[in-house]
Amino acid sequence: MSTERQYAMGALFGPAKFDIGQFTPYAGRLRMRVVEVGPGFAVLALPYDEELVGDPQRKVVFGGAVTALIDQASGLAVACAMEELLAIATIDLRVDYLRAAVPGLEIIARADCYKLGHNVAFVRATAWDKDEADPFASCLGTFMVGANSGGSPFGGFKGEKAKA
Amino acid sequence: MNRLVAAIPYARLLGMDVEETPNGIECVLPFAAPLIGNTRLPAIHGGVIGSFLEMTAILRLVAESGLDNVPRPISFTIDYLRSAGPRETRARGEIFKLGRRISHVHVIAWQDERDRPVAAANGKFLMA
Repeated sequence: MSTERQYAMGALFGPAKFDIGQFTPYAGRLRMRVVEVGPGFAVLALPYDEELVGDPQRKVVFGGAVTALIDQASGLAVACAMEELLAIATIDLRVDYLRAAVPGLEIIARADCYKLGHNVAFVRATAWDKDEADPFASCLGTFMVGANSGGSPFGGFKGEKAKA
Repeated sequence: MNRLVAAIPYARLLGMDVEETPNGIECVLPFAAPLIGNTRLPAIHGGVIGSFLEMTAILRLVAESGLDNVPRPISFTIDYLRSAGPRETRARGEIFKLGRRISHVHVIAWQDERDRPVAAANGKFLMA
């Protein structure tokens, strides 16, 4: 008998296997794409677009757009840590802006769910433009697990997988 | 104020407006389908609420400081208190300290009743 952990989202693990916009309208609106997901982590990209600019003088992407990317990656990382998919809701996010994002460059965010509890999941995330080792934003977030009766936005996917 | 909003592309993407009140500005975010995060509830995306709160904080700072550039966020912390349903959201920022270098702003967002906020945030901004 295998003791290996079975992940509800396991079939989606790997590079760019699905369109995040099909689950989340706002992720589609910002043209976010999946770079890679795996056990307890998610990497998403946000292509640069003029409409994301928050500082017209500096042409820098608005902090809130980065927050949206990080929130999305963090929620996905929590889903990717689960053995059985439960609804997730953000409790809080603290985003530190280490420097301005470089105008014109795609933004990448990686989120790691480092603790999945029965009620609360804890996530760390960073965002970068050129180099993962030189992030421009860093985030800590907490998420409610089994948040509401509405179900997981990935619930449609869950239906495709037979329960063990 | 609405001229500044028109000059910020991301504020236009959100579709938000600013209303002048006797106690300072109040921001309004009309509902639109692309702003949804969870289609099953449905609920507005946490990133939209976070963005709206951050924009509200920045606009309040600009309104109160007379600054001609957009303050840059140092850190922004958002507490999500209730899910935000598919309807209008309003927000208001209060400045705790207007500094020469760093300012502190607290923002709340609500939908139906002001004393039942959907989210609250604390932000620190570089004014230079």
